[in-house]
Amino acid sequence: MNRRVVIDPVTRVEGHGKVTLLVDENNQINEARLHIVEFRGFEKFIQGRPFWELPLVVQRLCGICPVSHHLAAAKAIDQIVGVDQLTEGALALRKLMHFGQVLQSHALHFFHLAAPDLVFGFDSDIARRNIVALIQNHQTLALQGVRIRKFGQQIIEAVSGKRIHGIAAVPGGMNAPLSADKITPFKAQVDDIIEWCEATIATIKTLFLSHRDYHEAFGATESNFMALSGEKGQLELYHGDLRIIDRRGNEIRRQPSDQYRALLSEQVKSWSYMKFPYLSHLTPETGWYRVGPLARINVCRYIDTPRAERCRQDFVSTLGAPAHSPLAYHWARMIEALHCAEAIKNLLHNPALLSNDLLGQGTRQQQGIGVIEAPRGTLIHHYEINGQDQVTMANLIVSTTNNNQAMNESIRKVAQQHLTGKELTPELLNLIEVVIRAYDPCLSCATHAAGKMPLRLELQTSDGKIHSALQRNSDGRLHNAG
Amino acid sequence: MKQAKLKVATCSLAGCFGCHMSFLDMDEAIIPLIEKIEFDRSPLTDIKSLSDCDIGLIEGGLCNEENQEILHQFRRHCTILVAVGACAINGGVPAMRNHFSLQECLEESYIRGLGVVDPQIPNDPELPRLLDKVLPIQSAVMVDYFLPGCPPPAAAFLEIINAVLEGRPPQLDYPNRRFD
Ligand code: SF4
Repeated sequence: MNRRVVIDPVTRVEGHGKVTLLVDENNQINEARLHIVEFRGFEKFIQGRPFWELPLVVQRLCGICPVSHHLAAAKAIDQIVGVDQLTEGALALRKLMHFGQVLQSHALHFFHLAAPDLVFGFDSDIARRNIVALIQNHQTLALQGVRIRKFGQQIIEAVSGKRIHGIAAVPGGMNAPLSADKITPFKAQVDDIIEWCEATIATIKTLFLSHRDYHEAFGATESNFMALSGEKGQLELYHGDLRIIDRRGNEIRRQPSDQYRALLSEQVKSWSYMKFPYLSHLTPETGWYRVGPLARINVCRYIDTPRAERCRQDFVSTLGAPAHSPLAYHWARMIEALHCAEAIKNLLHNPALLSNDLLGQGTRQQQGIGVIEAPRGTLIHHYEINGQDQVTMANLIVSTTNNNQAMNESIRKVAQQHLTGKELTPELLNLIEVVIRAYDPCLSCATHAAGKMPLRLELQTSDGKIHSALQRNSDGRLHNAG
Repeated sequence: MKQAKLKVATCSLAGCFGCHMSFLDMDEAIIPLIEKIEFDRSPLTDIKSLSDCDIGLIEGGLCNEENQEILHQFRRHCTILVAVGACAINGGVPAMRNHFSLQECLEESYIRGLGVVDPQIPNDPELPRLLDKVLPIQSAVMVDYFLPGCPPPAAAFLEIINAVLEGRPPQLDYPNRRFD
């Protein structure tokens, strides 16, 4: 007799996701299912719209990483207007806003979202495990997080006019340069941002190593990894080849990113609105892979800014390569934040940011494929248009979708490690939240965002009858609801 | 005597979380703010079920039955309900699907999509039923305030909270009342 355990994060209540565990008669977990309950229908409703609207409309899929969607769409429509090579000014502006975006999103993810778990402990009082308590109890750390995020948001605002859903990229380039007076305040602040990012990496390392065995094994599952890669194999967030390594770190594919279709297939399952991508030359069972900060740090050969590179080397010599622990995502995430801060500092001195030469021209094409590294991983936008400039086809593979199977595997692993018999424990609830937050499913593509996912846990027989349930209440206390 | 804190709950229905992010764009101003307010159910806390609140901030419109359920819960528990952003007020970008049938949208993603293996429309009972059209929240409940913008600026959130704290009507002039 198979039993089902349903874990219903308020994602259900937020309308974003829940988890079912399938358990066999020996109480072994066969499978974990993270149900994504959100459906938008973008691929259809964008049809018929003029292609130049894409960067503006599509960024409204995710308010946490809107710049990534804005730029992935922009890269695709660059190709439609036949521009392979942006002007130096346009490229510098796009990279600047993208670094600002990855920096602010990583700060949000770490400080506002994950840090309360790591700082207060996975089993600490849930009423305290949030950003408000972090501000009240660790004001220096929390304030640095708030300011790192602010810095990234202000960079985005300087380039695009707004912090969220601004207007910057146009087909073949950018619509306006920066001015010197806008750049000056950033030059004055960037050294602090670099210091704080570096200090945060040290904090994460200390926290991680304080219970090393536990943290390393937590939800750990070996996988392939995919990320964009620069020409010489350096960490690359804006443009490069898709490079895929296997669980031992050997390169198994390296291809220009517009050939993504030769690499990836997407399986549909009846129980989730999120598809399951895998490497087409393998099976869904063996070909799943991970993306995001951990994947990028594993896939790259080096980082081209010195402080982040030193931290990467330390990461690799501590955890080995490739690292597989989901909690190492946080560590990798802040190494990238440091890289972004350093890269922003370099760019601020680039006179191309002030250039008025921002638009390219070329020969009209019928399709465009834009691939970028969003904060949570590789993001693919693919469009076709007709002779009237209308979109006729759209295919999007967003970061979190790439991590779909990985999240299911890590949840299964955590449940295997911590579900004892039929006992549903508050600890298990907490731990499943923690491992999901390591990936941060941008479920919709954002879902619990700044959030903690309160849970409802249900133990079910295979016919769906609820045996018992555990629920978290508005006062933060747990009670038996079954 | 210390004044009781204003209780604020927030949720994201069919939205992109950009409105929540814009709330956080108040940056350091959150530090004095949390002296005056406390969060109830919100993606910012671990709190699951809603208790009685002074203000409920709703991001996003209605796209499935769960959204409807949550919205009614918020209306029941919140003295003041605020529709935050274009999606809550008029459906926003998600409502672009109203130009097509739901079935067409599902087929495009799960049957006809590029590189799709095992084409099928997800139908598990764990998935909430989708509505035929994406709807603004005032189609289902009474709304006390509308905060326009996509997203509304951080200052607009602060103004509405401060107005409630001070017991006066909110004053939203440009640039805090804007529609982009
Ligand atoms: S109104 Fe705009 S920012 Fe707010 S949820 Fe909708 S799309 Fe996102």
